[in-house]
Amino acid sequence: MSKAVLSISGLHASVEGKEILKGVDLQVAQGEIHALMGPNGSGKSTLAYTLMGHPKYMVTGGSVSFDGHDLLPLTADARARLGLFLCFQYPTAIPGVSTVNFLRAALRAQEKEMPAREFLNRLSTEMKELKIDESFRSRYINDGFSGGEKKRMEILQLAMLRPKLAILDETDSGLDVDALRTVADGVMRLCGPDMGVLVITHYPRILEHLHPDRVHVLHDGRVVTSGGADLARQIEREGYEPILGTAAAATA
Amino acid sequence: MAIQAKELTKDYQFGFSDVDVSVFRTAKGLSPEVVASISQHKNEPEWMLKFRLKALDHFRKRPMPTWGADLSGLDFENIYYYVKPVEEMSRSWDDVPDSIKNTFDRLGIPQAERQFLAGVSAQYDSEVVYHSIREDLEKQGVLFSDCDTGLREHEELFRKYFGTVIPPNDNKFAALNSAVWSGGSFVYVPKGVKVDIPLQAYFRINSDNMGQFERTLIIADEGSSVHYIEGCTAPNYSSDSLHSAVVELVAHKGAKIRYTTIQNWSDNVYNLVTKRAIANENATVEWIDGNLGSKVTMKYPSVYLMGEGAHAEVMSAAFAGNGQHQDAGSKAIHVAPNTTSNIVSRSISKGSGRTSYRGHIKVLPKAHNVKVSVRCDALLLDEESRSDTYPYMDIDNPDVTIGHEASVSKVGEDQIFYLTSRGIPEQDATALIVNGFFEPFVKELPMEYAVELNRLLALSMEGAIG
Repeated sequence: MSKAVLSISGLHASVEGKEILKGVDLQVAQGEIHALMGPNGSGKSTLAYTLMGHPKYMVTGGSVSFDGHDLLPLTADARARLGLFLCFQYPTAIPGVSTVNFLRAALRAQEKEMPAREFLNRLSTEMKELKIDESFRSRYINDGFSGGEKKRMEILQLAMLRPKLAILDETDSGLDVDALRTVADGVMRLCGPDMGVLVITHYPRILEHLHPDRVHVLHDGRVVTSGGADLARQIEREGYEPILGTAAAATA
Repeated sequence: MAIQAKELTKDYQFGFSDVDVSVFRTAKGLSPEVVASISQHKNEPEWMLKFRLKALDHFRKRPMPTWGADLSGLDFENIYYYVKPVEEMSRSWDDVPDSIKNTFDRLGIPQAERQFLAGVSAQYDSEVVYHSIREDLEKQGVLFSDCDTGLREHEELFRKYFGTVIPPNDNKFAALNSAVWSGGSFVYVPKGVKVDIPLQAYFRINSDNMGQFERTLIIADEGSSVHYIEGCTAPNYSSDSLHSAVVELVAHKGAKIRYTTIQNWSDNVYNLVTKRAIANENATVEWIDGNLGSKVTMKYPSVYLMGEGAHAEVMSAAFAGNGQHQDAGSKAIHVAPNTTSNIVSRSISKGSGRTSYRGHIKVLPKAHNVKVSVRCDALLLDEESRSDTYPYMDIDNPDVTIGHEASVSKVGEDQIFYLTSRGIPEQDATALIVNGFFEPFVKELPMEYAVELNRLLALSMEGAIG
């Protein structure tokens, strides 16, 4: 296993006084695809928000290093500038801010600005790949978008910003089969030695497209088991119960 | 005066004080003698002197309005009502303080405009530009001058319209302006003439058009069209604490007037302005009105829809920072049938800033088939800031379609997080959200004004979030 781009150890976090993460250990190596699975309420989205630095999520213990930096003292924007990216489960609308202006502001902030012509060409190409209509360039970001359009817009941002690690927070939820394929193909096209992925899901379906190197199961705020792609298939066949039963037995 | 002004504005990052270069000014305070001496100094005809004195009478009889913003800090006796600056003695660009030059730099204001704003009335490039524009306008018969010149050179035309849209007894501050007015613009566009470039007040260099009590009168004759732009986004420093303008527009049959204002007074100023338009048959009047700065603004651009098929469009934006109250809105009075009005208001409050939307829609009994749409949205930047809405409607005809929508929202933590998660620092994220909120207003502005306004908003946001 090559160098870890993300290394989480003993991470505790709480939301509004309630502890959700209770000692998460997880490592993602440079350029790998990891899946984080687990039933509803296991803490998956909390982990995503905590890693990105949402102010509502309080870290109460543990450490996270990202690309050699101590992540936890940094604000969300500083984390993004280090190359961390979160594909939101519920992206927020920013009325009055067009997709083009938003992307340019983000690229500028990340010192990845490019000449206008190059930017527009790249945007055009990426939008075609993701089957996003040209009109979305001047539409206000996520304002009045359907669920599927929002998810595609998240992947478009991923494509334009090219982070080192992308966390996909239930990007598959609410997508029909065709949209899921478009989004998954988009992610697969982007990941490689320079970009790893941590995909959070409770359905194994998206993993048929993403081919994860490692699969982790989160339960009650901890990673209870990890394995290869087989683990996802096992969950698809048998559900979480046999695994969580074993894990519960192991911790008992 | 200059020292006092400095004290007043020491916390105002864009403000600067003027050295007193006046040759003539009236005594402090208001009296028939002061009003007479203004009129005499301007060599005005007898009827104007009478008009002024009668207006002063109205002003004195009327009580202070108490229905709106808090005006208790106004002291009418502590104001110079007329000050005539002397051009030969005016400052040179070198005398303008560096801090102001820096602000202009950051705002990206063109050099010509900077010099105007800084009160430098020397020779410069835009004078050449202005002359060629003026020649073009003259060929088309368009009159464009300051109001005093309008009265002097086109008395008959001037007198026909002056004070007809806003009579001197309309309200206390219209009465005050009528008594002591000076400067402002006079525009007449002849029948069928379409003025294709916006007329901008700052082209009129050697006149005191930025006075405290300016008076603007614009007449668009049948089938003509004109776009007038007043002020600009850069800060206007005024050493006096009261600005009370009157703006009258007359759009004749089929004419179109668009009036764009962006005002950014320093935060010691009470900005109390009466703006009203008459829209005759099939005429269109558009008020595009932006208010930043000032201590208190009370301004409700109005349109009287007097002729069938007339249309009113009012789009306003207000930003109230710490200690500021923007009490703004709009009125549409539908007198004739088949008239339409569309009112859009956006306001932002920050810190102890407060915005109020105050609107009045009136539909008279004979006005059938009227369509009205009002939409006002307020954005609060923090817990302390405040916004109120006071919509009044008097509808005396059942055959109307009225839409009214209002919203108050806060800059959401989730919006900020979403933008920061893309690498955008929090302060820039807030500025993006604020600019986005004003976008419907900003896109109505000429390009250079839009750019300036966005920059200015970004500056206003500095330090907004810790």
